[in-house]
Amino acid sequence: MPWEAGTATPPIPVRPGPWIFFNADEAASIEAIVDRLIPPDDRGPGGKEAGCAVYLDRQLAGPYGTGAGLYLRPPFMPNAPATFGYQSPEQPAARYRTGLAALADYIKSNFSGKVFRDLTPVDQDKVLSGLEKGSIALKGVNSASFFTLMLSGTQEGFFADPIYGGNRDMAGWKLLGFPGARYDYRDWVDRHNEKYPLPPVSIMGRSDWTVKD
Amino acid sequence: MKQSLASAAVLLLSLMSVASAQDPQSFDRVEKGRYLSVLGDCAGCHTAQGGQPFAGGLALDTPFGKLVAPNITPDRDTGIGNMTDDEFVAALHDGRGRNGKRLYPAMPYPAYTRMSRDDILAMRSYFKTIQPVNNAVESNQLPFPFNIRLAMAFWNWLNFTPGRFQPNPQKSAEWNRGAYLVEGPAHCGTCHTPKTALGGDKTATPLAGATLQGWFAPNITANTHNGIGGWSKDDLVAYLKTGANQYTLASGPMSEAVTHSTSQMTDEDLAAIATYLKDSGVPSDGAKPTPVAASDKVMRVGEAVYKDSCAACHKDNGSGELHLFPKLAGSALVQSNDPTTLAHVVLNGARAASTAGAPTAPAMPSFDWRLKDDQVAAVLTYIRNTWGNAAAPVPASAVATKRTSQARFD
Amino acid sequence: MARKLPRKDVVIVGLGWTGSILAYEMAKQGLDVVAVERGPWRDTATDFPPGYAQDELRYGVRLDLFLRPDQETLTVRNNMSQTAQPIRRFSGFLPGNGVGGAGVHWNGQTWRFLPNDFNLRTHLSERYGADKIPADMTIQDWPVTYDELEPYYDRFEKLAGISGKAGNLKGVKQAGGNPFEGWRSSEYPTPPLKQNYGSALFAEAAKKLGYSPFPRPSGNISEAYTNPLGIRMGQCTYCGFCERFGCGNYAKASAQTCVLPALMRLPNFTAQTDSEVTRINLDSTGKRATGVTYVDTSGEEWEQPADIVLVCAFSLFNVRLMLLSGIGKPYDPVSGKGVVGRNYAYQTTSGVSMILKDKILNSFIATGSGGMMIDEFNGDNFDHKDLGFFGGGYMGSGQTGARPITTRPVPKGTPRWGAEWKKATAETYSSGFGISTHGSSYSYRDCYLDLDPTFKDRFGRPLMRMTFDFKDNEIKMSQFLTDRLAEIARALDPVEMTASPRKGPWNSTIYQTTHNTGGTVMGSDPETSVVNRYCQSWDVPNVFVPGGASVFPQNHGYNPTGTVGALAYWTADAIKDRYLKNPGPLV
Repeated sequence: MPWEAGTATPPIPVRPGPWIFFNADEAASIEAIVDRLIPPDDRGPGGKEAGCAVYLDRQLAGPYGTGAGLYLRPPFMPNAPATFGYQSPEQPAARYRTGLAALADYIKSNFSGKVFRDLTPVDQDKVLSGLEKGSIALKGVNSASFFTLMLSGTQEGFFADPIYGGNRDMAGWKLLGFPGARYDYRDWVDRHNEKYPLPPVSIMGRSDWTVKD
Repeated sequence: MKQSLASAAVLLLSLMSVASAQDPQSFDRVEKGRYLSVLGDCAGCHTAQGGQPFAGGLALDTPFGKLVAPNITPDRDTGIGNMTDDEFVAALHDGRGRNGKRLYPAMPYPAYTRMSRDDILAMRSYFKTIQPVNNAVESNQLPFPFNIRLAMAFWNWLNFTPGRFQPNPQKSAEWNRGAYLVEGPAHCGTCHTPKTALGGDKTATPLAGATLQGWFAPNITANTHNGIGGWSKDDLVAYLKTGANQYTLASGPMSEAVTHSTSQMTDEDLAAIATYLKDSGVPSDGAKPTPVAASDKVMRVGEAVYKDSCAACHKDNGSGELHLFPKLAGSALVQSNDPTTLAHVVLNGARAASTAGAPTAPAMPSFDWRLKDDQVAAVLTYIRNTWGNAAAPVPASAVATKRTSQARFD
Repeated sequence: MARKLPRKDVVIVGLGWTGSILAYEMAKQGLDVVAVERGPWRDTATDFPPGYAQDELRYGVRLDLFLRPDQETLTVRNNMSQTAQPIRRFSGFLPGNGVGGAGVHWNGQTWRFLPNDFNLRTHLSERYGADKIPADMTIQDWPVTYDELEPYYDRFEKLAGISGKAGNLKGVKQAGGNPFEGWRSSEYPTPPLKQNYGSALFAEAAKKLGYSPFPRPSGNISEAYTNPLGIRMGQCTYCGFCERFGCGNYAKASAQTCVLPALMRLPNFTAQTDSEVTRINLDSTGKRATGVTYVDTSGEEWEQPADIVLVCAFSLFNVRLMLLSGIGKPYDPVSGKGVVGRNYAYQTTSGVSMILKDKILNSFIATGSGGMMIDEFNGDNFDHKDLGFFGGGYMGSGQTGARPITTRPVPKGTPRWGAEWKKATAETYSSGFGISTHGSSYSYRDCYLDLDPTFKDRFGRPLMRMTFDFKDNEIKMSQFLTDRLAEIARALDPVEMTASPRKGPWNSTIYQTTHNTGGTVMGSDPETSVVNRYCQSWDVPNVFVPGGASVFPQNHGYNPTGTVGALAYWTADAIKDRYLKNPGPLV
């Protein structure tokens, strides 16, 4: 069997640092948006503190942003039935760029020159609901599908392994009671109706792995 | 009448063996030589990966620099086609190449010197039958001053005792056969005997374990704590034959030795080796180290890392899985004084040997990307001091020196 | 111009389950065998070790182990009047890629079809009258019987170490097993898996309603096992990362864990990875294959001559390769003539989701093929007389995990986001429970595969086009099955429940299953089949399609892999025992 040391392809953890994909205005908006999609409460942090915006930033800067590996040959017939799947040449990076710009324009003209971050939480939710229902029309952007893109991305970040920048301190997993990247429940499969006791673990470990205090 | 028939048969047999001894290219003679070349694992060094058999080219990393095994096919220009039989014997018995040139002991002549002249000539017969390959090899790639072959004269004076194997009349024929194989052709001590600073064998502690090529070749004497004293003869035979037994799987350089050599030995020879090794070295004097306390901070970290990273295969109780995941509880290698192999395997992973008897060849994944030095050290300390195991803790510094690939940590 | 390689006895297209089984069987005969695999070499320790095999984003969402659509995809539509569109990102079904194929990331559910499934048309005609079979339903009998395949099912199950409990040993019913299954010559190689809480609750409820629940036969095995090739498998740890993931500890049956270690030891076998076969080459008569042409990752084209060509890719791509190579007449749904692409079928699945009262299910503790099932409503195990449909399926518990990006049950009416969503998500995760049905999909005159007129792949070759929708028969069947399942769900006294029977149109964006069948179907009549009963091409007898699901004449109420594996061995024996002795048509 062929095998060589060092041929593994482990994930490369996201490094903290400046935004890579978002510009400052976009980042401010997206941080405010993820914090309304997943608001902080007494159950735990919201989307912003959990790193969902960082997650989106790094994903959009990578192969996901450009739709790497997808079939992107023409012709594109965007009006085909939705059951045939997404049929547009725009990939996530471009969709966020135009979507956030169109959203900023909308808010500027409907909320006396403001930006999303400066709206009251009630207004922020109103805008997001409007996008979700498609009742707010963004220029050149299908608002409902843009909303779904942001929502699914935010939730992905909240529940994906923390190595990708979201789910910081495994906040999403703790919210659910999901034990994370564990790989052995042999002792627990037939312990019925008992709460699994061990804390979640990330692909890069957990605090109990720290030798130095 | 019956008796004379039997005598005739014996006579005939001895005549035949004389005949074969006189005909160096008889089938039996060549086959004997082929088998001896398997016992000696000549191909292990003299055949490069993907290269022509015995055409040389495998580079050996020694503590002194790089040596490349030469071409030993009968090619007249680049191989040993021009060598006389005496020169061939001198190479194996005395470490002398053509024209008296001194060989480096990466060629295990300090072991081959124990072989009988007849066995060596049989090997010579075999090597005459293999396909000649024209492949020039620059063997000596050592840096100054080790590239001076004359230095080997001094080395030999210090470290090399030429001489044939002498059977011990107090022991059984099987034991003596085992001793001959271990000390001679199979050259087990080349890896497993501790070395002096100059790379010579520490003759007082044969087979007690040594570090080479980034691996620790463990103690294979009958020591029950960190040798193979806990293994039965059958366990030893199974290990050498298939690369796996109820405790562990061969990996690293031993995986190659099993694949190319021991798995192809006869059952009788494997039993002989086992008999000899079971009677070798000093059995444990009972002075087992005290285990590190489970409450120790490092042990608690080790336990967490083990639970989250290792237990899916090696199981919470360290029992592993037969022929798949080595048993850690009670393992001599896990408790050996030198944790080199443990660190190597955790950081870089390893592939077990694949043999006809145990074809699975499972691989241990690398964890260098996941665990920092102190975490590797902690989990190793944990497995060395849990389930009844006891061994010195592993310092993080010992792991750091083993790290071969760039970890993705800040 | 392709560079020509030295001739081989056998060239195999694809190194997944069937490719590796055939490679081993052929190479053991002493034949010189090369397998050409489109994707990369994949190994447990380097590609999905326990350290990162459980990365849901990478494998479950970004589909790291799957075929990339830019390498190959297909176009889809629901009926012939529509313009098909390409699947730009796989989501409704997920074809595999690389050594091991879909066997790397399957769930391990390993069933046999029912004896009556193999003579479906005859059986239904005899029991209900031929006129009761809808006119456009093109179901047909298999050219093999269950009795003929039984030893081969047995062989595949032993290769894969399948865990389960027999319900019928040589005609004698066994307590605890599936009372409806065909006879088995031996017990499963390993005992059934342990069941998590949800499955135990389901079994209890099903029993209360008079059904006979049994553990699902599983390729994630319950204890370590050594298969007949001497290869050792590990014990399933119930980690809940099977579907879409590789198994990190050798516990899931696959080419990697069951065949490759022995296969790779054979000196007369070669694996040519990262190389895509673009066509099967024919000689000037068109009746004999001369080998295949493939392209490596550098774009270099190679011709591999061979005496026998074994088409062992994923079922859909078997069909496309036959179409692109001009082997067999393409199917025309208007005239009903032609065979390649005919009788494409799928699987009709449905589910009931519920929230249980005061239960801690720990649904993340799971395996891809755990669960307790009932088989009362599969195939023709129940009287279809006044039901208005044929077919059926098994149903049961057996959530494959609770990976949180994709599995977050919430009560009905919960908003998709915000404070209420967060509260509901947190409160329901441990008590949400899904159970499901897995039903047949019969074949129809206008459900088929052909080459798309518009869309091309990276080499400029036409993509394959899928024309498929659920028909009345399947929709009624799904409604019936889902109603029965809902009755069991009700017996669990849930806080709330939602039953979702399958409705049309077929939606390529919602994952249902990757059980795409048909297109190169096997049969007794060259007018209605592409390969004969030995999976040998009627038109080019040195080409075989050894058991990919593309040879299924229609799809039945079970997962296909057990039958795929059995047919692989069946074909291997036919080649060994018949074809090699006398190369030529076997029928």
